Amino acid sequence: MDTTIERTRASPRRRLLTVTANEPLGAYHLLRVADPDGPRPDPGQFAMLAAAERWGGGEDERPYLARAFSLARVQDGEAHYLLEDVGPGTRRLCELRPGEGLLVLGPLGRGFSPPRENRRALLVGGGVGIAPLAILQDTLTAAAVASTILLGFRDGAHAAGAALLSGAILATDDGSVGHAGRVTDLLAAELERDGHAVVYACGPAPMLEAVRALCAARETPAQLALEAGMACGFGACYGCVVPARSGGYLRVCVDGPVLDAATLDYVDTHAGAPA
Amino acid sequence: MSKVEFCGMTLAHPVINGSGTFDALAARRAFGDVLDEEFPFAAFVSKTITLHPREGNPPPRLWEASAGLINSIGLPNRGLDGYLAEDLPALARWLPVPLITNVMGSTAAEISELVRACDVRHEIAAIELNVSCPNVQTGLDIGADPRQLEAVVRAVRPNTRKPLIVKLTPNTADVAACARAAQEGGADAVSLINSLRAMALVPRTVGRKPSYFPVAPEEEVDEHERDRGAVNPTGRWLGGGTGGLSGPVIRTVALAQVAAAAAHVEIPVIGMGGVQCAAHAQDLLDVGATLVAVGTENFREPLVGARIARGLATGSA
Repeated sequence: MDTTIERTRASPRRRLLTVTANEPLGAYHLLRVADPDGPRPDPGQFAMLAAAERWGGGEDERPYLARAFSLARVQDGEAHYLLEDVGPGTRRLCELRPGEGLLVLGPLGRGFSPPRENRRALLVGGGVGIAPLAILQDTLTAAAVASTILLGFRDGAHAAGAALLSGAILATDDGSVGHAGRVTDLLAAELERDGHAVVYACGPAPMLEAVRALCAARETPAQLALEAGMACGFGACYGCVVPARSGGYLRVCVDGPVLDAATLDYVDTHAGAPA
Repeated sequence: MSKVEFCGMTLAHPVINGSGTFDALAARRAFGDVLDEEFPFAAFVSKTITLHPREGNPPPRLWEASAGLINSIGLPNRGLDGYLAEDLPALARWLPVPLITNVMGSTAAEISELVRACDVRHEIAAIELNVSCPNVQTGLDIGADPRQLEAVVRAVRPNTRKPLIVKLTPNTADVAACARAAQEGGADAVSLINSLRAMALVPRTVGRKPSYFPVAPEEEVDEHERDRGAVNPTGRWLGGGTGGLSGPVIRTVALAQVAAAAAHVEIPVIGMGGVQCAAHAQDLLDVGATLVAVGTENFREPLVGARIARGLATGSA
C-alpha cells in the first residue's frame, strides 16, 4: 500500500466533546457534536465514538469497544454523524441528548481523493453508508466539481435519510420512493450514459461488491469506503481486515476506509458493521 | 514519576503494553510525530514475530463479549527477515523507549533461531517469548506444561544475553508451576496473563437485529460468497474457530494468576489483564508485579498507558 498519501491526523488523545443535537432523520439519527477545535477531516475519514457515560451495561453487558462512524459533515464548529440503531453501541449513541458527553478519537484513516482527468463524480450510497458522501458532496461543490448523487434504501422510512445530501436520485428495494430496485441499477445507467467518471461509493458490502464489479467491467475508477467492525481504529488490533487483490489483508482503519476498488478482488461480506 | 528497574533497564514508569495491542508504526501513521512526545509506555513490546511471514486468520477476527473482546487475529507479521530489515529500523528512528521484541516458534530450535537473530540487534533491549504456540510434536501449547516449558526455555536461554521474558499462557492447569518452570529454565522475567481461550457462535439473527459484527441475512448472501466458504458453515463466528478473551472481563482472573505466579518466583513479573485505570494497575503491583502491561484498553484509548502511569505516580485512580 502507498502509505505516503496525505491524511488529516488526529491527536492520539481521546477527546471529550459535547452533544449539541440528536435529531431523527427518517429511520436514522443525525448526531451533532460541538467540535470547534478539532482537525478538519478529509471526506471519507471516520472517528471512534463512545458515550462518556453509561457505555456498557446494555444488551449482553455491552457495548465495551468504541464504534467507528464516518464524518457525515463538518459545519459551523460541529461534526455530524449519521446513526442507525442496530445494536447496543448504536442504541446508546442514538439515546444521547444535547449536553451529554461523547468520547471521540479521530479523524482517522484515509479519505476520498479528488477526481482526476476531468472525470465527473458519481456518488453512490446505500443505507447509513450515505454519510461520508455528504461531506464529499460539500467538498466537491466547494471545488466546483460536478457530481451526481445516487442513493439506495430498503424503504421509504430509510429513504428519508437522503435529505442529508442535496439533489439525490433515489432507489428503494420496496419501490416506495424513486426507482424500484437497486441503486446499482441507477449506476449502470449513468455509466452507460457517460462513462468518463469516477465512482465514490459507501454502503453495505453486497452493494459495494456490485459497484466494484460494475466499475471493473467498464474500467471506471472507483473509490470504495468500507465498513468493518474494528476494536481500535488506528491499526493496533488487526481486526478489521479485508482480503487484498495482491494477497494478504488490508486493514480498513489505516489502509482505508476508502480503498481503490482495483486493490480488491471482491468486497468481503464479512467486513461487517459496528452495532 | 518514579523510575523502575527491570532486568537491568531503567524505565521511566512501570506501565508498558501487552504484545499485539499497540502497533507503534501504525499509530505514528495515524497520529504523526506528536506520538514521540506523548508515547504512552515506558517500554514498547512488539507484536509476535515468527520465523516466516504470516497473513493471519481469515475474518471475522473480532467478537465483542460482555465487558471484553475475543480476538482471533492469528499473529500476522512480516516474518523475522521482514521485521529485522524494515520494522526494526523504522521503529529505531523515533521510538523514545526501550523495545522488547516478542517472538514465537513451535520448536526450541525455531525459537533459538529467532532469539539469536534478535540478540545481535542493538535496537532490541529485551526479548519476550510467546509460548502459547502448539508444540509440533505433541500439539500441546509449549507453555501449558511446566516440564516442556522448562526444557524449551533452557534450550533457548544460551542464545542471548539480553533479558529473556517468558509470556505465560493462562490456558494451563497450574500457572504458578509454569512461572516457576520458566525461572528454572533461565528466564529473567515472566509476563502474564495472555488471553483466555474463548469462542463465539454466529448470531441467530432470525426475527431480531444481528449482533456486534452482523452476518448478512441468508437471503442477502451472495452465492459466490457462500461457495467461497465465507459464511462460516461450522457456526463458529471467528475465522480462526476460537480466539482469546481479553478486557475487563478477565481482570479478576489475571489478578489471581499474577498473585500465584509472583508468589512462586524470585524473578520479576509483568502483570496484565483487563487493566483500565491506575487502581487496577496498583492491584497487580500490590500482588507482586514489577511492571504492569495495558492491553485491550489501548484500543479504546491510545494514551491510556500515560494516564495510568500518572495515576500510579500521584496515587489517584
